[in-house]
Amino acid sequence: MEYLLLIYEDEKRFSKSYPEAEMGEYRAFGKEFAGAIKGGHALQPTRTATTVRVREGKRLTTDGPFAETKEQLGGFYLVEARDLDEAIAIAAKIPGARFGSIEVRPIMKFS
Amino acid sequence: MRDAKTIADRVFREESGRIIASLIRLSGSFDLAEEAMQDAFASALVHWPARGIPEKPGAWITAVAHRKLIDHVRRQSTRTQQQDTLEHASRTTTYHEPEDDISTEEMSSTYPDDRLRLIFTCCHPAINQEAQVALTLRTLGGLSTAEIARAFLVAEATLAQRLVRVKQKIRDANIPYAVPAREELRERLESVQAVIYLIFNEGYTATTGSLLVRGDLCAEAIRLGRILCELVPKEPENLGLLALMLLHDSRRAARTNSEGDMVPLEEQDRSLWNWEQIHEGAQIVKQALRIRSVGPYQLQAAVAAVHGEAKTPDDTDWREIAALYGVLERLSPGPVIALNRAVAVAMSEGFSKGLSIIDELGSSKQLDGYYLFHAARADLLRRLNRSQEATEAYRRALELTTNKVEQDYLRTRLGQLHAP
Repeated sequence: MEYLLLIYEDEKRFSKSYPEAEMGEYRAFGKEFAGAIKGGHALQPTRTATTVRVREGKRLTTDGPFAETKEQLGGFYLVEARDLDEAIAIAAKIPGARFGSIEVRPIMKFS
Repeated sequence: MRDAKTIADRVFREESGRIIASLIRLSGSFDLAEEAMQDAFASALVHWPARGIPEKPGAWITAVAHRKLIDHVRRQSTRTQQQDTLEHASRTTTYHEPEDDISTEEMSSTYPDDRLRLIFTCCHPAINQEAQVALTLRTLGGLSTAEIARAFLVAEATLAQRLVRVKQKIRDANIPYAVPAREELRERLESVQAVIYLIFNEGYTATTGSLLVRGDLCAEAIRLGRILCELVPKEPENLGLLALMLLHDSRRAARTNSEGDMVPLEEQDRSLWNWEQIHEGAQIVKQALRIRSVGPYQLQAAVAAVHGEAKTPDDTDWREIAALYGVLERLSPGPVIALNRAVAVAMSEGFSKGLSIIDELGSSKQLDGYYLFHAARADLLRRLNRSQEATEAYRRALELTTNKVEQDYLRTRLGQLHAP
């Protein structure tokens, strides 16, 4: 089963690059769970974000993220896990879990 | 046979938790398991009157429900996952026509750890606590949504919705049906303890009907408590919980008289107390307290042990009990504990002092829907000879309980107030 692990953190932490030591931790995490990780990316900071809505056929484009909150989506992994416990165990190993929060979301399957 | 319904009801009460736990393991689905179990009970009502009630009705239900499950999976076995389930189920139970020739061997197959798997899944940290408790009582406890709703003071529809949502989450997020790894056990215990204690309380004071004590649920909760102590030894709150349940349960025979009326603690015939169980409970409390990591269950068990050690009501060390409730109130503040402390204060320092604490608690209105609040208040007013106010409080308590035994007790008290 696939889960998306969404990394939410205080934006101050990822708006500039991570310290080298933490980058090393992410590389180690990637190596440890190479078998489970199906994809994943770090995102540029929310100052680069654009939010788009279409209302009554009209496109509305605004500068900035969907919601202005202290913790913002900074990156994600798509992982294959046996069950929620395994997904939670992987999520807990993401370096960002120590500073922010990881939201674990099962991927919807359409049959 | 007119007894079939009665026996099916009893089997449901006593064994549905065991049955559903094994059905969930076989099917991997709470909903399929519930459906198969309901089908099996329905078919019992058709077959038992015609062919006679089997020697072990619970085992008969289990075997038939297993077959119903396999039937269901066969009917829908187009998807790989379900075929796997079928193969797994087939290895466990040979296929027959559902109700024919249930063999003794088939009926005696039991899976002792299934209920433990079930309780850890029901109490998974990814599930909110209200839903954990509701699901455990519904599946392991075999309680109806109405009974659970009353225990939680919520509407039945709210509770039903809560159960639907939690089963969806278990299925969609793939919450495993397993006992957690040893290193994770500790942090997952607290919610399990809370749930077991609720099951115990459900058995200790049945929510509906005339039976005050549903000993099967108490025994079930105690059994689960013992398993928890075995799995995670030297965990003081596991021990505290077990001791608490043993000590309360030890007074079971004395809590009702031969007419089935409720007997308050101070009027109980103490020769009916199970002294062996009191001794075991008191020993376990001491063992827990020696670990020196005090918690709510240990403190409540200590209170129960003080009651248990009193040979007569006058020997009760109410001062000690008030002190224990004081510690408990600091550790986990709440109106119910405050109410208990008020009663202990009333008994050790005077009824009017206790009553003033109760009235202060009542000013927040938080306890207004809680029958014991009004019953405790009524009791102190009665002892203070304030009959008119006592009558009103007993009447309010009477409105708030649906338990026939509790109602009878309150009516008796009301009658005594009106006696010349």
